[in-house]
Amino acid sequence: MGRTDAELIAEVLQGRTASFEFLVERHSPRVFAIARRYARRDSEVEDIAQEVWLKSFQKLATFRGDAPFEHWLARLTVRTCYDFLRGHKRNRERTFSELSEPEQDWLDRVVTNPEEAVESAAAARQLVERLLEELSPPARLVITLLEIEERSVREISEVTGWSVPLVKVRAFRARAEMKKRLARLAKGKYL
Amino acid sequence: MDDFEPCRKLIAAARAVPPEARVPYAFEKRIMARLEGLKPEDSWALWGQALWRGAVFCLTLAVLLVAGSMFLPARNTDTLTQAVQSTVFAAVDNNTDQIGDTP
Repeated sequence: MGRTDAELIAEVLQGRTASFEFLVERHSPRVFAIARRYARRDSEVEDIAQEVWLKSFQKLATFRGDAPFEHWLARLTVRTCYDFLRGHKRNRERTFSELSEPEQDWLDRVVTNPEEAVESAAAARQLVERLLEELSPPARLVITLLEIEERSVREISEVTGWSVPLVKVRAFRARAEMKKRLARLAKGKYL
Repeated sequence: MDDFEPCRKLIAAARAVPPEARVPYAFEKRIMARLEGLKPEDSWALWGQALWRGAVFCLTLAVLLVAGSMFLPARNTDTLTQAVQSTVFAAVDNNTDQIGDTP
């Protein structure tokens, strides 16, 4: 059986930098999965992951070991993703005509027959990605963590460093923002 | 229907398709190449850095305040003693004025 995270971290802190490679190999899939929630292009995802690992190496001494390394790394990744969103405010306004055909179909069905269950998950996912891209960085982060990853308000507070009331306020604003964006897309077609 | 319902459907769909966890080929090698020559920061060193920054800030502020008090013209040239005297004797002056006014 391979060495545990704690053993590898102790080795790195003792100066055996090569042990860090095992940590990178073991935890990179999780880092990439988180980064892909916030960035679409491969190059951007890779930049985020690279920054996460460089930061984690430099701050490794601050890892106290009272929670799994994976959690510490996930927190660092989410914070790096948030910095990325703030640095790349690409909140571009899109018009309905820019939506692809499956996305338009999905929106048609939701607006004309809202009670019907969602069938085309892929189209809906593309649409949600577009909507998320247009949200402000805090709104995007809070919707992703709260609604998509289904984390609790307290967990979000721990991950982001925001207070619990601030998370609630931002969640409320984020839902309103998302609703407005979707309504604007729907209006473009139906009003 | 709840106003947020279409968004909820969208989000539920997005949740159903988790993001890929694929890692580019030899990614860990690239990271290790970037780490060449770097060392993890010691937690005491981090504290030390923060304290040094605080000390530099405090020193700069102290120098600015001293320079300000030495080179900027004072608004009121009265010393504390003069200020106390004028306050105490103001009351005495008022009393003597009133005594002089009585017939």
